[in-house]
Amino acid sequence: MTADASRGAEAPPELIQLLTPEGERVEHPDYDIDLTPEEVRGLYRDLTLVRRVDLEAVALQRQGELGLWASLLGQEAAQIGSGRALTEADMAFPTYREHGVAWCRGVDPVNLLGLFRGVNHGGWDPAEHNFHLYTIVIGSQTLHAVGYAMGIQRDGAEAASIVYFGDGATSQGDVNEAFIWASVFNAPVVFFCQNNQWAISEPLEKQTRIPLYRRASGFGFPGVRVDGNDVFACLAVTRKALAEARSGQGPMLIEAFTYRMGAHTTSDDPTRYRVAAELEGWKLKDPIERVRAYMFKNQIADQDFFDAIDAEADELGRDVRKRCLALPDPEPLAIFDHVYVEPHSLMDAERAEFATYLEGFEA
Amino acid sequence: MKEFKLPDVGEGLTEAEIVRWHVKVGDPVKVNQTIVEIETAKAVVELPCPFEGVVAALMVDEGEIVDVGRPIISVDDGAGPEAPVAERSAALADDMVPVPPAEVRQPVLVGYGVKPGAAKRRPRKPSPSGISPTGTPPADAAAGSWSSEAVPSGVREGGAGTAAPPTSVAVLAKPPVRKLARDLGIDLTTLTGTGPHGSITRDDVQAAVGTTTARPQATTVTREMQDEERIPIRGVRKATAQAMVASAFTAPHVTEFLQVDMTETMDAVRRLRDLPDFAEVKVSPLLLVAKAVLVAARRHPMINSVWDEARQEIVVKHRVNLGIAAATPRGLLVPNVKDAHLLSLPGLAGALGALAETARAGRTQPADMAGGTITITNVGVFGVDAGTPILNPGESAILAFGQVRDMPWVVDGQVVPRRVCTLAVSFDHRVVDGEIGSLFLRDVGAMLEDPLRMLAWA
Repeated sequence: MTADASRGAEAPPELIQLLTPEGERVEHPDYDIDLTPEEVRGLYRDLTLVRRVDLEAVALQRQGELGLWASLLGQEAAQIGSGRALTEADMAFPTYREHGVAWCRGVDPVNLLGLFRGVNHGGWDPAEHNFHLYTIVIGSQTLHAVGYAMGIQRDGAEAASIVYFGDGATSQGDVNEAFIWASVFNAPVVFFCQNNQWAISEPLEKQTRIPLYRRASGFGFPGVRVDGNDVFACLAVTRKALAEARSGQGPMLIEAFTYRMGAHTTSDDPTRYRVAAELEGWKLKDPIERVRAYMFKNQIADQDFFDAIDAEADELGRDVRKRCLALPDPEPLAIFDHVYVEPHSLMDAERAEFATYLEGFEA
Repeated sequence: MKEFKLPDVGEGLTEAEIVRWHVKVGDPVKVNQTIVEIETAKAVVELPCPFEGVVAALMVDEGEIVDVGRPIISVDDGAGPEAPVAERSAALADDMVPVPPAEVRQPVLVGYGVKPGAAKRRPRKPSPSGISPTGTPPADAAAGSWSSEAVPSGVREGGAGTAAPPTSVAVLAKPPVRKLARDLGIDLTTLTGTGPHGSITRDDVQAAVGTTTARPQATTVTREMQDEERIPIRGVRKATAQAMVASAFTAPHVTEFLQVDMTETMDAVRRLRDLPDFAEVKVSPLLLVAKAVLVAARRHPMINSVWDEARQEIVVKHRVNLGIAAATPRGLLVPNVKDAHLLSLPGLAGALGALAETARAGRTQPADMAGGTITITNVGVFGVDAGTPILNPGESAILAFGQVRDMPWVVDGQVVPRRVCTLAVSFDHRVVDGEIGSLFLRDVGAMLEDPLRMLAWA
C-alpha cells in the first residue's frame, strides 16, 4: 500500500462518465461502449417505461391502492444500465427499489405492485427470472448474493451474481461481512451500490468519511465510482465487472453516484430534511434527458420515435393500473405454500389447523 | 358518478387535513391529475385523481380534518350512479352478516381503513359441544394467550346478544384509549368494549363521557359546552406551544428595552426606495432593523451562539441564519434567511420579501425554518410598542421591533415630534450576560438612530 493510497481520502474521487448531462459522448481510458442506434433506442425506451410505471405506482399509492411504494425516480440509469449488463445466467439480488432491474429481468411490474398492495409476497419465481425476491431488510441480500456466487464457483458455471444495495446499507454489518467473504473466496459477485446520497433522512456524510467505492480496497478488491445517472457508463462498467467476475477475477464494488429525486418511500417527506436547491441541482443531471439530448444531436431518433415511446409509456401506465386494481386477494391458505421447498411437518400441522378454523365458518 | 375516498397515504394514518383544492366543481379531470393537497401527521401530500370525468362536487372544505375513508370528491364519469359493488369488498357474499356498527376506524396498511359499521363476517357454524371456536380442544386452547380465557367467545363473535360482559380478568384497551379515559376521568372497568375481542375503543370512552356520573363536573358539561368552544391542539399551534414551553423553561430569559428615534431610518428607507438597485424589492424599516441586527451580531458574536447542554459547550455560530417571526394562515412560523450575513442590502431585501411571501402563501417548508441562529419579531405590525419575546429554541437572542409612531422627543434641548419606536431584546442569560446584551441592543439602536453607523461598523 503506498502512502498515497492510505491517504486516499484526500485525492479527488474519480467519476467514470461516458455521457455528460448535456448529452455529449465522452471517452474514458478504461471503459468504452459501442452501442448500435437500436440499442440506444432500447435503453431510452427502458428508462422511460420504468419511470412511467414508477409514477403510476406512486399515484396508485396516493389513491389508496398500494400500502407503500419506494420510488426509483432519478435512479433509472443505474438500474437499467446495470440490469442490461446481465446475461440470462447471471443472478440479481435486489433491495425493494430495483423496479428497473426487475424490468430488465422480465418481471411483470404488476407483480411488484402486488407486493406493495399486500396480495402477494413478490409473486415471481426467482429461478425463472434469475431475479431474487425483493429484500426489505437493509443489506442482508449481499450475503445471499455472495453465497450464490460461491455456489456458481463450485458449479463451475459461466455466470456471476450482482447485488444491489444503497449508501446506507454500507454501514450494515452484513454488507461488510459479505465484502470479506467475497474477497477471501474470490467469489464471482458484483456489489452494485446505488449511492443516492440519502439513507432515508441521513446524508452521505454521516455514513462515510471516504468515497464509498474506496472501501473496496480495504477488503482487497477493486472499487470504482460511476456516474449513476449515465446509462452508458453504468452499462459499460457493470458489463466489465461481471465479465471479470465470470472469468475468475473475483468481486468488484461499483458505486453508482446518483440521487433519489423522490421521497424514500411514499411514507416519507424529504422536505423535512433536505433543501429544494439540492433536488434542483440534480434535475439538471437527469438520467433520461441526457440520452434524449444525445439521440437528438446524433439523429438516432426523431420526434416520432419519442412520441411513440411516450404513447407506449402512457398505455403501459393504464395497463398496469387496470391490472393492479384487478389483482385478486389471495386464498388464506396460500400463505403456507412457499415457506419450505421440502415437506415440513410443523408447516403441515399449522396448515391443517388453519384449514379447520376456516371450515368452522358457514360457506 | 364516482367518489374518491380519502386514502391512507402513510402506513396507518387515520385522518388528514384538506389544505387546498386544485380543482373546482365543473372542472374536467384526468386520471392522476393533482386534485388536492392534504396534510397528514407525516407530510403535506398531493393526491392524484383516480378517475377521468368532470368534478361534480367537492365534499369537504379546505381546512377540514377528514377521516380516512370519507368521500372527498365526486367525479361524473358519464357512467351514471356508482354501483357500490365496484369496491374491493365485491367478493363478499350476500349471506354475510353485518357486525354491529360499533367498531371504530382502525388504521390499516392498504386502502381506506376499516369502514365503521360495514364490516361483514361470515356466521360461525354452531360449535359442537366441548370444542372451542378455534377447533382445538379447550385444554390446548387454555395454553393460548387469548384463545378462550381472556375473551368471552360471545364477544369475539361480534357482540351478539348473548355475550357475557368481560370479566375482571383484564380490561382490553390500547394505551391511547387508556390515556384518554384517564384524562376524562372514566373508569375503564365500568365500560363494555365494542372493539375487536371486546376491547374498549375511543368511541366507547367518549360515549361514556356523556352518560357517566363518575365525573364530578358531569352536571356542568352541557353548560360548559354552550359557553365555550374547545379547539383541538394540533399542527402549528401544538408545535409553537411545545417550542415556547421548552424555551421558556430551559433558557433563563432576560429582556431589555430601548426607545429609539427612527426618524433618520425612516428617511433612509424612503431614499433607498428611489435607488434603482431596490426597484424590484420591498424596502421597509424591517430591512434596516435586520441589517442593524446583522452588523451588531458581528460586533458581539456571543449573541449569535447557542448553549449546548448535552456537550457542555457554547457554540458560537459564524453563519447568521436570520429568523423572522411571521403570523401566517397556519399560525406562527419562524422561517429564516440563510447566510443573511453574506447578503448585500438589496439581496437581504429580496430574501426578506420572498420569505414573507412564502409564509403568507402557507408554503413555508420545514427546511426554511431549520437552523435559525437569531430572530426578529416585528410586533409593530400589530400596533403595539413592545413585548418580552420568548427565544426561538436553539437561539440565544430575539429582538422585538415595535410600532414606529410620532412621539415628543428632546432634540438639542427642544421637544420636537420624532418617529420613535421601542426595541426589546430577550437573551439567554446562560450564554449572554447583561453587558453583552446591552451592548448589542445599544448598537442596534445607535444604527437605527443614525443609519450611517451601519456603514461605519459593517
